[in-house]
Amino acid sequence: MNAEKQHKYYQSLLRNIVLSILITAITPTVVVSIFILDAFRVSYEGKVYDHLEVLTRKHKRSIDIFLDEKLMDIRLLAKTNRFEELSDATILNQKFNELQRAFDRSFVDLGVVDHEGRQIAYAGPFELSNVNYAGAEWFEQAINKTFFISDVFKGLRGAPHFIVSVRQERNGDPWILRATIDFGEFNNLVEFLRIGETGFAFILNAAGEFQTNPIADVNADELMVFFKELGLAKQSHLVTQKRTPHGSEVIYALAPLRGGDWIMVIQQDAADAFSDFKKTQRIVLIFIVLASLGIIIASLIVSKRLVNRISQADKEKEKAIENKEMLSQQVIETGKLASVGELAAGIAHEINNPVAIMIEEAGWIQDLLEDEEFGGSENLEEFTRALNQIQTQGRRCKEITHKLLSFARKTDSRIVEIPIAEMLNEIAYLSSQRAKYSNINIQTRFEEDLPPIPASETEMQQVMLNLVNNALDAMEKSGGNITLGAERNGDDILLTVVDDGPGIASANLARVFDPFYTTKPVGKGTGLGLSICYGIIKKIGGDIHVRSKKGEGATFEIRIPVPRASASSEAETDGEPAPQVSVDPGIQRDEA
Amino acid sequence: MTKTENVPAAPVRVLLIDDELGYVNVLSNRLSKRGFIVGKASSGSEAFQALRQQDFDVALLDLKMVDMDGLEVLKVLKKMAPEMVVIMLTGHGSAEAAHEGIRLGAYDYLTKPCELKGLIEKIRDAYRQKLEG
Repeated sequence: MNAEKQHKYYQSLLRNIVLSILITAITPTVVVSIFILDAFRVSYEGKVYDHLEVLTRKHKRSIDIFLDEKLMDIRLLAKTNRFEELSDATILNQKFNELQRAFDRSFVDLGVVDHEGRQIAYAGPFELSNVNYAGAEWFEQAINKTFFISDVFKGLRGAPHFIVSVRQERNGDPWILRATIDFGEFNNLVEFLRIGETGFAFILNAAGEFQTNPIADVNADELMVFFKELGLAKQSHLVTQKRTPHGSEVIYALAPLRGGDWIMVIQQDAADAFSDFKKTQRIVLIFIVLASLGIIIASLIVSKRLVNRISQADKEKEKAIENKEMLSQQVIETGKLASVGELAAGIAHEINNPVAIMIEEAGWIQDLLEDEEFGGSENLEEFTRALNQIQTQGRRCKEITHKLLSFARKTDSRIVEIPIAEMLNEIAYLSSQRAKYSNINIQTRFEEDLPPIPASETEMQQVMLNLVNNALDAMEKSGGNITLGAERNGDDILLTVVDDGPGIASANLARVFDPFYTTKPVGKGTGLGLSICYGIIKKIGGDIHVRSKKGEGATFEIRIPVPRASASSEAETDGEPAPQVSVDPGIQRDEA
Repeated sequence: MTKTENVPAAPVRVLLIDDELGYVNVLSNRLSKRGFIVGKASSGSEAFQALRQQDFDVALLDLKMVDMDGLEVLKVLKKMAPEMVVIMLTGHGSAEAAHEGIRLGAYDYLTKPCELKGLIEKIRDAYRQKLEG
């Protein structure tokens, strides 16, 4: 349950970290990329528009020049020759040939038309002498203007062409010199203009009729409406963009020709014009996607690691806190024990003197009783018994204070020779009070003449007391027997603490010596006792084991190596030692 | 115990030094009754004073006294009467001080409270030691 909660906590932590990283890392990437892309788009668009505009201007100029040139030629011809000369077909033919030679057949034909529309003279490939142009649209305009350039039309010859004319006067009547300009050459000027893949040019007149051949389908009427809306007349040049009915964007660059009679249009698909930009845009998008992907993966990995680190640190911290709590508990207990010990030692010291005096005073009375003649006294026997009792109880007090003092003695880890029997009896005695309350009988059972074991007295005492206390804890309710044993086993001494309590479950058996492992209720055990015992025994080169089954009591075995010299010398003097039983001398003596 | 068994040939002079007067008094009574000549001192300075008036064979010195550290008293005693044998009385567990005392020239030590029988034996041992030099 708790683990699941923790898992959920770390999951949400992971989510939050990933989200924060993504927001802080991806947002600027995307924003900056979009900003740069937009700036690039604006500048690129400007460039494309500028380019188209420049192109339009250039071509407008070359068309203007072309038309002006043709007009100039005609005007020159009209100015330098009289009507009489030009109306002579032979001379006109001569002039026409000169023009053609000079201008690469731009001129298709030449004609002189009088004010009534009659073509008086004609030079050219068609049979157009004496043709009457009265009523023709171009003638109506041409006769009223000093010079004139017509729209492209098919006219009488059935092929597209246009007319350049100059008006002159003779005897008050106007006449015009007209030339037909080869449509093909004019058309080439525009038609061969190509921009990118889809860009091309064409010319429209004011009515929306094509003056050149557009290379692709163009809906001229629709365009004219659009251009009129734009108010082209007011501006000399214009670059604009329009969505076609097919859904694609088209860029139009417009320039007026012939003072607004014609419009030169350069059109290009936006997709084509911006193809480089689109390419760049794609690259940038791919970059953003890849970068975002990278950021997402990196953030996932980094966050995962981070959260793992955090959870590990948390676990360590928890463990550390746990350990610290246990340790501090241990320290507090040790401290408590020490201060209780000091108190006890102080009291014991103070009690020693009065007890000594009491014993001696009783002895003194005994001395006196022996001296004087109290034979007749009936109560002499009773006096003696009472004095003996005082001395006995005094000695008991003395013993108690001695035990208290030895308990409170400072920890001394010097290795000394510890007499085993004495030590076991002392342990049994120290534990006897508690045992009595729990209805537990503590016995000692050891071979005679065991060699002393080399160990620290306080530490050995600590180990044995710990084992006995554990047994007492286990049997607190049930009562039973605890036997402290010692025997020779090869070169070693085997100390045993055997109880017939509830035993240790096999699952816990392997862990009883682990630090901080305890089955006691919270606050009762630190889980350190046995691990300290283990450490102490290992330090002196010994070994500690436990044998137990649930319900069959527990046996702790401590094996302590005894140096061969002392062990063997004792053994030799003794021969084969017979096990002997000494039944709890400490307790029974006191209760007697 | 009987009183005859503890009487030495020549009376042994014992100086009891202990700030616990009740203990000094009762011990003095019991030892006197057993033929010892007993001097009493409840402090180091009283002990020095007694020594100036009279010689003693054996001194029983409590190591834990109020006015002066028992070991300091021991040093002075050994200077004033080098041939006098000193037995120390210590509390339980203060064996270190007792060992230090022996290093300073004390004969032996007893843990307090001690049985009179053991005390008398120790005094006689000490006296023999003194006679033997």
